[in-house]
Parts: sequence; structure tokens; C-alpha cells
Amino acid sequence: MAAPVSVVCWVRAVAALILGCCGVALATGVQDKAEQFFRSGHTNNWAVLVCTSRFWFNYRHVANTLSVYRSVKRLGIPDSHIVLMLADDMACNPRNPKPATVFSHKNMELNVYGDDVEVDYRNYEVTVENFLRVLTGRVPPNTPRSKRLLSDDRSNILIYMTGHGGNGFLKFQDSEEITNVELADAFEQMWQKRRYNELLFIIDTCQGASMYERFYSPNIMALASSQIGEDSLSHQPDLEIGVHLMDRYTFYVLEFLEEVHPASQTNMNDLFQVCPKSLCVSTPGHRTDLFQRDPQNVLVTDFFGSVRKVEITTETISLDSNLATFESKLPQDELATEPLKYAEQLPVAQIIHQKPKQKDWHPPGGFILGLWALIIMVFFKTYGIKHMKHIF
Amino acid sequence: QLQLTVPVAVVFSPGSVPWDLPKPLPFRDVQEMELSVNLRTGVTSRYEIVYRSSTAQEEAALNGATAREADAALRPLQDASLGALTVYVVPEASSVLPQGISVYVGKHRSALVRAGGGLATLHTRIQQLTQVMSFTASSITAAFSDRAPNSQFSPDVRRHLKSSLGYEITFSLLNPDPKSHDVNWDIEDAVNRYVQPVLDKLSLVANFSVDSQILYYAVLGVTPRFDKESSSFLLSAHSLPHVINPVEARLGSSAASLNPVLNFLLYVPERSHSPLYIQDKDGASVSTNAFHSPRWGGIMVYNVEAPVSPQAALPLRVDVDMVRVMEVFLAQLRLLFGLSREELPPEFLLESLGNEGLADWELDRLLWAHTMENIATVSTTLTSLAQLLDKIGNIVIKDDVASEVYRAVALAQTAVSELAMGHLQLAFQASKEAATSSERAFFDPSLLHLLYFPDDQKFAIYIPLFLPMAVPILLSLTKIIRETRQRKKEPTKMD
Repeated sequence: MAAPVSVVCWVRAVAALILGCCGVALATGVQDKAEQFFRSGHTNNWAVLVCTSRFWFNYRHVANTLSVYRSVKRLGIPDSHIVLMLADDMACNPRNPKPATVFSHKNMELNVYGDDVEVDYRNYEVTVENFLRVLTGRVPPNTPRSKRLLSDDRSNILIYMTGHGGNGFLKFQDSEEITNVELADAFEQMWQKRRYNELLFIIDTCQGASMYERFYSPNIMALASSQIGEDSLSHQPDLEIGVHLMDRYTFYVLEFLEEVHPASQTNMNDLFQVCPKSLCVSTPGHRTDLFQRDPQNVLVTDFFGSVRKVEITTETISLDSNLATFESKLPQDELATEPLKYAEQLPVAQIIHQKPKQKDWHPPGGFILGLWALIIMVFFKTYGIKHMKHIF
Repeated sequence: QLQLTVPVAVVFSPGSVPWDLPKPLPFRDVQEMELSVNLRTGVTSRYEIVYRSSTAQEEAALNGATAREADAALRPLQDASLGALTVYVVPEASSVLPQGISVYVGKHRSALVRAGGGLATLHTRIQQLTQVMSFTASSITAAFSDRAPNSQFSPDVRRHLKSSLGYEITFSLLNPDPKSHDVNWDIEDAVNRYVQPVLDKLSLVANFSVDSQILYYAVLGVTPRFDKESSSFLLSAHSLPHVINPVEARLGSSAASLNPVLNFLLYVPERSHSPLYIQDKDGASVSTNAFHSPRWGGIMVYNVEAPVSPQAALPLRVDVDMVRVMEVFLAQLRLLFGLSREELPPEFLLESLGNEGLADWELDRLLWAHTMENIATVSTTLTSLAQLLDKIGNIVIKDDVASEVYRAVALAQTAVSELAMGHLQLAFQASKEAATSSERAFFDPSLLHLLYFPDDQKFAIYIPLFLPMAVPILLSLTKIIRETRQRKKEPTKMD
């Protein structure tokens, strides 16, 4: 009786194996289709990293931004696709005990400044105006390519902002601010011109969640380090450098990103879990209602890395190498090409030779006139006309 | 509402006239197809078909030995304007078309169709031909994808290069192991011989500029696996996406211009990793050993044979076979532009292209797609500009921005009317200029709106300024009013 039983068992085992294989094949087929459906349709990645503070005691904001810059570069986005806006006054600051370095971890473990930082907007160029120009694409015609955001409708853009903020605004370099309404409008203009496919907005400031409240354009996902009314806290001071080196939220985000490599499948839900209240003291928030795909299916590398879609080339065309070279390429007519010269940055000739402009005099406007008339009338009514001779 | 007109001429050679023609030759017919892109935009494709019988010269040409000769002979006899199609109907028993093939699509703008089956089959054939040679419903919707609701499209639809004024093409040779391989490629000659004719044909579409470079010690980001069976190194399909990024940083994608850049890389693997083959998803080796990335460019791996004697002096001199390389690169260039030869019914035969790289009707297809895309761009840009100005009332429009807007509108209207009349070239040029003008107007630096004053900020600024000043004024005003009223009440004291 043992033999038939074993045969039966064996047959059953083989049948199960075959079914299993079929199942696996089917599953992979279905999985392929599912993969395709949930994949993002982007072909390139851009990153706009902005640090909006200056001065030595805001070291941590610069370190934040530079650490994100490093991660983004490590995961594959090239410098030509990163717009980095920094005040860049840390590395060569006279108060820096280790010049030409910016550290992100105490005990000076990691120098995020390094040798190949490419800062596109530095110092006083980091203004609200320039930031909005970069986003909307309305840059002056002589802006170099590295300072432009040349994204198209198949670009995924990562925007990271850090600095000091409040309820509904973000402070730029201690002199101006950008409101959440302006930011939402800028994103809407980007959407109108299809300058992005999907956008991830991360902000690490106090009351950061207020900045993403007003977004109304589709395909935007936003993350913030703290809710309205809460402050984002910094992580750890370094005793030798004397300032706080990083902010908590960015520190834990970076720890998370260290685990991510270009082929990893970590998705956005994991990123949302980074830095719970116990570690961060503030409550990080996120906003996904404008985003079309489910965050579960969005890979972190869709925004932080640059994983390209590739296709195998299966076609070739056949060329005939024996055709005579096209002699129709006549020697290029010697066009009198103008000698090349640099574009005029400043109209020097005009400045030197200009005469002082006649400024037209305009009579004062209605409101001012009315106000003055009111004041004068009241004055004379109160004090009486007869006093005029004492005044004049 | 957009109307696309395609002038088609159907020429019947003797013996091929179907028996059920409604009217005697020559006569005209119009076929229209509606396609609705979204709620407000509809595209009508209108085919103006002229049926006529062939002239003696055409008959002589059609009696040629092969389809290719007939095609070449027919070229000077047909309407060579862009967008027009000519269909020659040959008798059923004609030997011009090979056996089993009933439709032959030539290199220029003509096709040969085998007669038979009456008018209905002829109509189907003509419809299939126009789908192949002009535009299809899907290409129309793809061109208008910006305006169509998003959910309709899989994300893979818009992968082709967007219509742009110019493109930069960069050919790069990557040599990671200069100690072993001394690679030389005669790129200038190859470009002049093989690439330039294609670019000349495409010069209608955009300006192209070509450059080349050689990069040493540039490695791929991925370590290939050694496969014992074939004793070669393999790059699997899912590691290919990670190859591009480490290289891209060193390519120096043109810092000079703002045009999209197409990179074509030729990688000569190191001696220790030779030979290197690319595997596709199923594990089979790819014959071309190349892959491409939409909107970016292509990479080809060029294997160098191991030297015959192991003591051969290093570095080995390698002269790259540019023909093989250019065959792949030009095919990739066509794919990047979206000119792939799609699945056709088996009775169709497409003429192979040879050195020209591009058939005239493929150029037409590109032009149709780009024209529609440009018109769509113009309308979305100007609409969003108008919405912007509605929302933010205090932006000042400079004169030159206004003139660009007017120009864009006028040119777009020209393009639409030319499309309706079937003049593809004029329509394309008008649409190109319209798109440029509209982009210039939209991206003008002066249109930046910076000052947003929420109401509470306005109060916060003006109240501390005006309230203290206003208090004595208001009090004095009330005093004046009270006095005047009092004086009116009591009669004036006149002594």
C-alpha cells in the first residue's frame, strides 16, 4: 500500500508544483501590469532646495539643506537638475572654527559641504523674487542654464524649504517673507504651464503645516515638520562649533534616506512615519489629498532619486556604407559671421553717457489732496481765519 | 474646434477601376471623422479625396519591375507638398507588388494598393493608409493631452520629445579603460554621412545642433554579472535605469542653450568586463546591445574582441565601426521622436529607409503631431495668462508683451485655417511661431506678481498710521457740524 500512496503523493506534489508555477507566472504577469499602472509617468527629476536664513546662528538650516542636497545627489539627481539656494555664509564665516566645512552631525562626522557643492543662488540672491522666478520660469533672458528650472510636463520636482517660519509665512533672509498664498499661486502657475508632473513639497520650519494649507493645484504632496502653533526644534548642539547643527525633522528624514538606495522600493507611507512625536517633539504633518496616486504606491526614489524609464532598442535601420558621401554639403558659404561677444550685462555705454533724466512733475494724487484739504479746513475752522495773519 | 484636412489623390491605373464607382472618374469625395478631445474641443479629420485615372507617364512608371522602382519613378509625378498623399491603385494581377502584399507604402508620399474587392475595400485600405501616413485618433488625443482629462491616459503616452524650436544632439564615447583600449571613432565623417541627411530632412521641424565628445574613465554605475555559460558579462534589464545617472553628471549637458538635449552614448567596456551584453526582461540577449530612455537619449555597448594573442601590446587600437553604431543611434533617434513602425496588418509592406533615415510621410506625421501640439500649447498658455491677469488685477502688461500676445493669437488663427485648408507646411510654421510668441509672452520676467496683501496686513499697516491722525480731524469735524446746526437753529444775532 505504501507504493501507490507515495505515487499519489508524488503526483499531488508535482501537480501542486505546476499549479504553483502557473500561479507565480500569472502573478508576475498581473504584477507587471499592476506595476505599470501604479508607476509614475515621469521621465526626469528636479530638485529645488532652499535655505532661507543667513547668519551664523542659523547654521542648522544650511546644514539641513546641504544634507538633503547630498542625499539627492547620491540617489542620482545630477547637479544640472538641482537648483540650490543657500546664503552660503557658513563655510567661510569668520566664526567657523573649521573653515570650509559644514557639519551635520556632532563630533564632526560628516562634512556636508565637501568639494563639489554647486550653489546656484547664493547670498543675497536668495530672495522671494528669485525663488518665485525660478518656480514660474520667468527669469531674465541672460540667466545661465544652471539657474533655471527647466522642467517639463514629465518632471517630478522635489521642493525643500527650511528656515524660520510662522503661521502662513516663511521668512527669507531676515528681510522679506513669502506667504502661503503666494506659494500656492506659484504652484498653480507651474501647473497651468505644465511645469511639473508631480511635486513633493517638504518644509522644515516652525508651524510648517501652514505653508501647505493653501495649495490647490493637483499632483502635489506636502510634508511639514510641525503643525500650526507648534515649533520645530533643533537637534543637537556641537560644543566645538557652538551652534545647533541640524533640525530634528530633517535629521530623522536623513537617517531614513540613508537606508534608501536607487533601487529600493520604500514608499511614501514610510516617509510619513519618520520622526514621530516622541523623537521630534513637534507633530509632523502631511497632505496628500491633491495627489492622484495612493502614497502607498509612490516610491521615495520617484522624488529623491532619478530612476529613468528605459526601453531596450530592438529596431535598427540599415545603412549603406558604400554610398558616396554627400558632396552636396557645399563648403559653408562664408557667411560674414559677426565676431562673438558676451551679452551686455550692463549697458555701460549708456550709463556713462547718459544725461540726467528729466523727471516729469506730477501733481499730487486725489487722496493726498483730499486729506490735506480736510486738514487745512479743519484747522482754519477750529482756529478761525483771523489767526492767519499771526501765522504768516 | 479644429479641422485637419488631408488632401488625398487616388489614381487608378487601367484595369484597376472598381466596378461600383458612384460617379465616373474624375470626381471628388470628402470623408469626415469627428473626434472629441474634451468637452469643449473637438477635432474633425477631413479627407478630401480626388479620384482620377492615371496619366500615361504614371502608367509607365507603374509598370516598373518592383515596387521600389515604381515608387522612385512616381515621385516627380505626384503632389509633393507636405501632408498630401497619393494612392496608386494597380490591377489585381499586377506584378509590381510582391505576392501576398496588397499595400505598399513608399519612401515618399505615395502608396501602391492592389485593386480588388470593390469600392468598400478600397475605402478601408485608404483609411488604413491615412492612419499610417498622417495621423491617428490616438496621436491627436496625445497631442492634446494637456487639455484632456488626466485619467484617460496611462502615464506612458507622452514620452516622445515635445515640440521645441531646436534640439541639441551630443554623441559621447565612453572609454573607461584607456590603458587597454585606444578607441578611435571617426565621428565627424559618420555624422556627415549618416546623421546629417536625417537632420537635413528634419530641419523643417526644428534646428539641430550636433556635437561630440570622448570621456575617459567614465564607468557605468552598475557592475555587470559574469555569466559562466556564455562566458560574458551581462547587464540585466532592471539594472539599466541606474546606469544613466552616474554618467550624466559628467556629460556636461550643454550649458549654452536652452534646447532639449539628446545624448547618445557609446560605451566600450573595460577589458576585464568584456564582452558585455544587455539582457532584456526575458533573459535573452539584445541584438542591438543598446537601450534608450524617453526624452533623454540612448546608450549602446560596443564590444571589442579580445586580442588574438594574449601578449598583444596594450593599449589595443580599436577603430569603431561607425555604420553599426549609427544604425542603432539613428533608430533610437527615430524612437525618441516617436517615429516607430507600428504593427501593421500583414498585407502591408513598408519600404525600408536606407540612408535617408526618414520617409517623407513620417516627416508629415511628425509635422501633424507637432502642429497640433503647438496649437494646443498656444491656447493653454494664453488661457492661463488670461486667468492669471484676472486673478491678480494689478499686474502691468508691457507693450511688447501685449504685441507678443496679439501675434500669437493671429498666428494661431492662421495655423488653424491653414490646417483646415490642408497646407501642412504653412500651418506648421505658423503654429511654431505662435507657440514661441505665446511662451515669450507668458514667461516674460515682468509678469511676476510679488505683492500679495492679505486684508489683515492692510489693516495692520494703515490703522496705526492714520488712526491717531484721524482722531482730532474727526472730533473737529463733529464740532463743526454741531456748531453749524446750532447756528441754524437759533436766529442769527443781529444787532
